[in-house]
Amino acid sequence: MLRYIIQRMLLMIPTLLGVAVLCFFMLRLMPGDPVQMMMDGANVSKHVLDAERARLGLDQPIYIQFFKWLGAALTGDFGYSIWTGKPVLYEIGIRLELSLQVAVMATILAVTLALPLGTLSAIYKDTWIDHVIRVFSVAGLAVPSFWLGMIIILGLLTMFSWIPPLTFTPFMQDPKANLLQLIWPALAVGYRYSAVSTRMMRSSILEVLQEDYIRTARAKGVYERLVISRHALRNALLPVITVIGIEFAFLFGGLVVTEQVFNLNGIGKLFVMAVSRGDYTMIQALVLLVSVVFVLVNFVIDMLYAVFDPRIRYR
Amino acid sequence: MSAVLQTAGGAGTVQSASAAGWLLEVEDLHVHFVTSRGVVRAVEGISYQVRAGEVVALVGESGCGKSVSSLAIMQLLAKPAGRIVGGRILFQGRDLLKLSADEMRTIRGRDIAMIFQEPMTSLNPVLTVGFQIMEPMIIHLAMSKTAARARALELLQLVGIPDPERRLDQYPHQFSGGMRQRAMIAIGLACDPKLLIADEPTTALDVTIQAQILQLMKDLSRKLGIALVIITHNLGVVARYADRVNVMYSARLAEQGTAEGIFEKPLHPYTAGLLRSVPRLDQPRGKRLETIDGMPPSLLDAPEGCRFAARCPARIDACVVAAPPLVEVTPQHWSACVRSVQMAKVGPAGLGLQSANPQPPEPKILAAGEPLLRVHDLRTYFEVAAGMKLLKSTHVEVRAVDGLSFNIRRGETVGLVGESGCGKTTVGRTLLRLENPTSGEIIFDGANVTRASGDQLKRYRRQVQVIFQDPYSSLNPRMTIGQIIAEPMLVYKLQPNRKAADRKVRALLTQVGLFDYMAERYPHELSGGQRQRVGIARALAMQPSVIICDEPVSALDVSIQAQIINLLEDLQREFGLTYLFIAHDLAVVRHISDRIIVMYLGKVMEIADRDALYSEPLHPYTKALLDAVPIPDPALEAARVTKVLSGEVPSPLNPPRGCVFHTRCPLAGPECKIAVPELREVRPGHYAACVKI
Repeated sequence: MLRYIIQRMLLMIPTLLGVAVLCFFMLRLMPGDPVQMMMDGANVSKHVLDAERARLGLDQPIYIQFFKWLGAALTGDFGYSIWTGKPVLYEIGIRLELSLQVAVMATILAVTLALPLGTLSAIYKDTWIDHVIRVFSVAGLAVPSFWLGMIIILGLLTMFSWIPPLTFTPFMQDPKANLLQLIWPALAVGYRYSAVSTRMMRSSILEVLQEDYIRTARAKGVYERLVISRHALRNALLPVITVIGIEFAFLFGGLVVTEQVFNLNGIGKLFVMAVSRGDYTMIQALVLLVSVVFVLVNFVIDMLYAVFDPRIRYR
Repeated sequence: MSAVLQTAGGAGTVQSASAAGWLLEVEDLHVHFVTSRGVVRAVEGISYQVRAGEVVALVGESGCGKSVSSLAIMQLLAKPAGRIVGGRILFQGRDLLKLSADEMRTIRGRDIAMIFQEPMTSLNPVLTVGFQIMEPMIIHLAMSKTAARARALELLQLVGIPDPERRLDQYPHQFSGGMRQRAMIAIGLACDPKLLIADEPTTALDVTIQAQILQLMKDLSRKLGIALVIITHNLGVVARYADRVNVMYSARLAEQGTAEGIFEKPLHPYTAGLLRSVPRLDQPRGKRLETIDGMPPSLLDAPEGCRFAARCPARIDACVVAAPPLVEVTPQHWSACVRSVQMAKVGPAGLGLQSANPQPPEPKILAAGEPLLRVHDLRTYFEVAAGMKLLKSTHVEVRAVDGLSFNIRRGETVGLVGESGCGKTTVGRTLLRLENPTSGEIIFDGANVTRASGDQLKRYRRQVQVIFQDPYSSLNPRMTIGQIIAEPMLVYKLQPNRKAADRKVRALLTQVGLFDYMAERYPHELSGGQRQRVGIARALAMQPSVIICDEPVSALDVSIQAQIINLLEDLQREFGLTYLFIAHDLAVVRHISDRIIVMYLGKVMEIADRDALYSEPLHPYTKALLDAVPIPDPALEAARVTKVLSGEVPSPLNPPRGCVFHTRCPLAGPECKIAVPELREVRPGHYAACVKI
């Protein structure tokens, strides 16, 4: 088991290294020169541009730039944003809490909805309960999160005259205000998230209920609810965990439009700004950050697999 | 024995039998499955009884309704498709069909327990074996966890699992197939049930393990007074273990009686046919296996009258008019056949059900000279990932085939037998060059093809074809039968164009006993036997000289199995084919083979001519194998002293040192643990690898 954990952890290293290489070099293939963009509109001489490039280290050969960046990154120094001039980690840090919180809240929402709904839907397959739940989840897949977000805002506005606050209130400062602010975007993205997971849960349970060991459990005279909770659920959970994990990692960096709708300054928004400004250092750090989240989530999924499935634990 | 009236088949004259002390009475049971294509009448009016402590068998081929009827007793039919639409199931006089769902639940696992066919999938992979045994005791007997655990430990000992204390906390994947089936039996016995239903309990197991498990179940049922209902297609199993037998055909009961009565004097043409289609180890090899022509009717649209009429050689006009009821023809022997009374008088032969004097096989004259295929010291080893050591995976070498030498002459059939994991399939795959041999030589028709590649390999592969075991998964479901058979011919340009190939396909289909219009069909539209014929046609399309048959009949029902074996023999005569026949069924191998190789854990144990091997087996493993096969004759079985081989086949990952068989060998001495015995010629043409002979 310990070997399994160590093995999975060590496998994260080459993955992240690969991401770093790909991201760094592909950025440089992108059209557009960040220095030019920065000076956009201003009539500056080539001399000034060159000086600026030299200051940012962009005049050196690419591989040297890469190793310098990588070396610094390994010590935790991701440099300064080309655009704002502030440390990259500072820019990310002030937005991290918000993005993480929305993702976590959406996940909690999705899991608490998906597990019971998916299970119910499977147990009562082809009855009205199943139909209602399936309509709910198909709608969740069909409705774009930002549209749902706009509807939520409109509804809140007309009914309670609530408008999204202009600034973010951290949880520690004022939990109530914080939750009131973030519950709506979490709801908007969590709906789709729960819909995906509900469908996965339903099909997974249905599949497991066909297994021979479920018949064995029934033949033993096990209570039907124990057949579900003890014998079926644990086996059915594995594919659902995968879906939940990957969705979580996606939510963390991919809420571009929803953040816009709710006027949130999160990682998604930062990402869009960095890309549109050719902010190399910022993009590199963000891509790496999102990859770290993906890799960590996958690690957690692997660990959960081992917890739920002894065939993995005892190898 | 108390006098008992018998329900007359589907006619349903209800009798009062509960007074007779039956433990279980199934009366006129009807089960339907509602499918998108219509209602499948899976069970139609079957009635049988089980007395406390006796062993009752339910025999029949796949789809005859034997499993469905037992699932109906447990009320475990797949919902919502499966419905019990009529009849009564009395257990200790109580009608189970009138119980509420929760009352029924208290009976399942408490009074009636069930064991299923697939030990590999019937245990929950995420719960410990111990817990799965404890669970029914905790639920039904309100036992504490400690008490249940103590009892589970006892049960594991009872079913013969060594080191039970440690085994309790293990998970099913850490158990072998035979051990899992033992664990299933332990679960079944947990609450001291009065009735144990075993649905094909040993079909998925090797023959030596099968003998162990069946012996165990019979002993336990005797010792604990548990009635046993065994559902099986294997007549040998029935003969060895059952007191009374119910033969089912196409959703109905065909015959019912004591085991002796049914095997000695079958009173239904189907039973008679079934008994004759099985190749038997205790009888001289006949010229051909007798078969039952055709196949069972679809239960979606079953014919009027006797279901068996279409396949019955003794059919008369009355057969197709109405379904014959099950009547007591002779004392304690019931049959559902209009001619059963006549059959009781004159025997099956009198009705034209069997040829009066079976012909002995024609001696096969093999061409002298160079063998067609020579295999010398063939070794195929696999690297298996044994685990990961940090980022580097460690490997273990599995010696799937370890030093095999034999020749096949043109026109000969060589049988290759052994239990699972013995390497027999790897031999086939290596000869087909689907695996690369680690060392050794394969000489085909004078040419060394061990490392052949390119054109030479292509030529070789055309000459050596294969028929696979599973007719369900070895045909591409998206291609028509015609496309499947034509494909290799077109790839190898054996036919100039598609049109010529199509003509050839039709000719081949007729040759293997199918109809040419089936070329347009898709595999799922054919039955198992028909699909296996397609597999044969595909092999024949290449005009091969050798066909490697890898368990070609093991997935088929007895009556169909006989048809395929006869077909293979006919084709051999017609085209002068040479076969390597890989199988685990010793009786089938004996019927078809000229010479036989017995393998165990990658090593050859014995090679001999058929008759020598079966009449005078030399190697203790061959003897044990032959001993383990139950013979479909209760009288013989009762007289036979069977020595059940103990223990399990060791893991090929870690085979025993010295002679690989020494861990289970009754003759093994200290010398067997040291040296690997050479295969030596003990008698002319009879080789064995054992130091004790």
